[in-house]
Amino acid sequence: MPLKALTGNESMAEAMRQINPDVVAAYPITPATEVVQIFSSFVADGLVDTEFVAVESEHSAMSACVGAAAAGARVMTSTASQGLALMHEVLYVAAGLRLPIVLCEINRSLSAPINIHCDHSDTMGSRDAGWIQIFSENVQETYDNVIQAMKIAESSRIPALVTTDGFILSHCLERIEVLEDSEVQSFIGEYKPAYSLLDIENPITVGPLDLQDYYFEHKRQEIEAMREAKKSIEKVNKEFGDRFRRRYDFFESYKLNGAEIAIVALGSTAGTAKVAIDSLREEGKKVGLLKLRVFRPFPYEKLCEVLQKFKVVAVLDRSDSMSSTGGPVFTEARSALYDLTTRPRFVNYIYGLGGREITESDIKKVANEALKISKTGKIKELVQYLGVRE
Amino acid sequence: MVEIRWHGRGGQGAKTAAILFGEVAVSYGKYIQAFPEYGPERRGAPVRAFNRLDDNPILLHSPIDEPDVVVVLDQSLIEPAKVVEGLKEDGILLINTPDQPAEVRKKYKIKGKKISTVDASKISKETIGKELPNTPLLGALVKITRFVEFDRMVKDLKIQFKKKFRGNEKLIKGNINSLERAYKEVVSE
Repeated sequence: MPLKALTGNESMAEAMRQINPDVVAAYPITPATEVVQIFSSFVADGLVDTEFVAVESEHSAMSACVGAAAAGARVMTSTASQGLALMHEVLYVAAGLRLPIVLCEINRSLSAPINIHCDHSDTMGSRDAGWIQIFSENVQETYDNVIQAMKIAESSRIPALVTTDGFILSHCLERIEVLEDSEVQSFIGEYKPAYSLLDIENPITVGPLDLQDYYFEHKRQEIEAMREAKKSIEKVNKEFGDRFRRRYDFFESYKLNGAEIAIVALGSTAGTAKVAIDSLREEGKKVGLLKLRVFRPFPYEKLCEVLQKFKVVAVLDRSDSMSSTGGPVFTEARSALYDLTTRPRFVNYIYGLGGREITESDIKKVANEALKISKTGKIKELVQYLGVRE
Repeated sequence: MVEIRWHGRGGQGAKTAAILFGEVAVSYGKYIQAFPEYGPERRGAPVRAFNRLDDNPILLHSPIDEPDVVVVLDQSLIEPAKVVEGLKEDGILLINTPDQPAEVRKKYKIKGKKISTVDASKISKETIGKELPNTPLLGALVKITRFVEFDRMVKDLKIQFKKKFRGNEKLIKGNINSLERAYKEVVSE
């Protein structure tokens, strides 16, 4: 496989080029601008067959994507932060109409105050929109996830959003192995839409009014489709691993064997956490990491299986849900284990908002506190804020 | 793992140098990271860029606080940008300056570390025709650290420059000459 030096943004644009979607409708926004810019140069240079729709806002971008996908096209887009927030209304339309659009999303904080740097508030703000959500630890995963997402979306008929961390990965050059164009094409296969507005032999209506009599049934089907999407994800992960020797799952277990406490993290922080865990293991401390890759659908059964044996689970959240009781990953992971008769104690650390750095020593602090809780059984504070001045 | 921190002023090419170095190292099969620090970006304002280099996959995604090597593209940054801060005790400080390492050490009262100097500004003016200290500093960096083989780097960079300068032979040749001169002219204590 060819080695390349690519940034997160470049790797997403490269994956898009290799997928060669029928339609891309996008509007640039920092730090996702490069994805759109690089891809539009591929269009201008004739390297793809894509119809590129330059729109006036992200709301229009997602609307154009919905229209194109309803017509039966293979559709992709990219955005970040306020852009994803502006798409919010239309994200639900794409999901409700079961249109397998793939969105390359660069994680960035939301205003106010204005900040262009990484956190997961934007993506977490869309967690209930009915989109599959996949997080990436590094540039290689960013690239691999985009390619897998296309196939996952189309086989489950649910739109998928692949995230990478703003600046930390989007603008970080790393060594990656890319696939050949032909390998990507043969992996994703030809897209055969279940329905198409352009199929005049089989006319359909898209997006009609659906009141008390049937709306609930349709939503119930959408919920069921998300549950079923777990099978698609498993199948696509397996096929990708078998073909290209890079294995993916709903989450990655890192040194969880023999661990007393587990840290849960997603995105680029998981890499830094691995380094912290290696160092703590050398000190004889029994700690491990669960790196969550797929946040939607939430893999609660598997999470239960893996996390139940620990005394303490410390969840790192790069966003807060403003519920006053912790971040989204914390509340969902904790809830997943609630029905077990013996279950771990959970603590939450909100960190890295607006790009605030997180270091190996921050993560060691979390691990050491979790080990202390495991020993004493006492939790001083359920939710803490890592690296903030108070 | 080796960590490098580049200090320059906006427009001097600190980010480009980090990226070029990363690309060269990847062609050797090394694992790398190259990333700039994003703050308010203005021409002339102090900027930093970073490299990590290893034979194994790099997992860290945190800033570099204790580099092994610091490269300074602009001598006037030595004090205000605190370029020595965090540099490892046996770390290398490579500075673009006409001064000798001993003079720099005395002038800025630098204790410990290894100091190397090269007049990258002068070299770039004479070879490329304008002040672009980043390419010559790459040549000097490779000389003092031996991270990659110089001849192969020149070969790889020729390919990169061809793309970057869209086949402009004068620019390509000027940049290669600047690399070679800095490689020869860099002075270490």
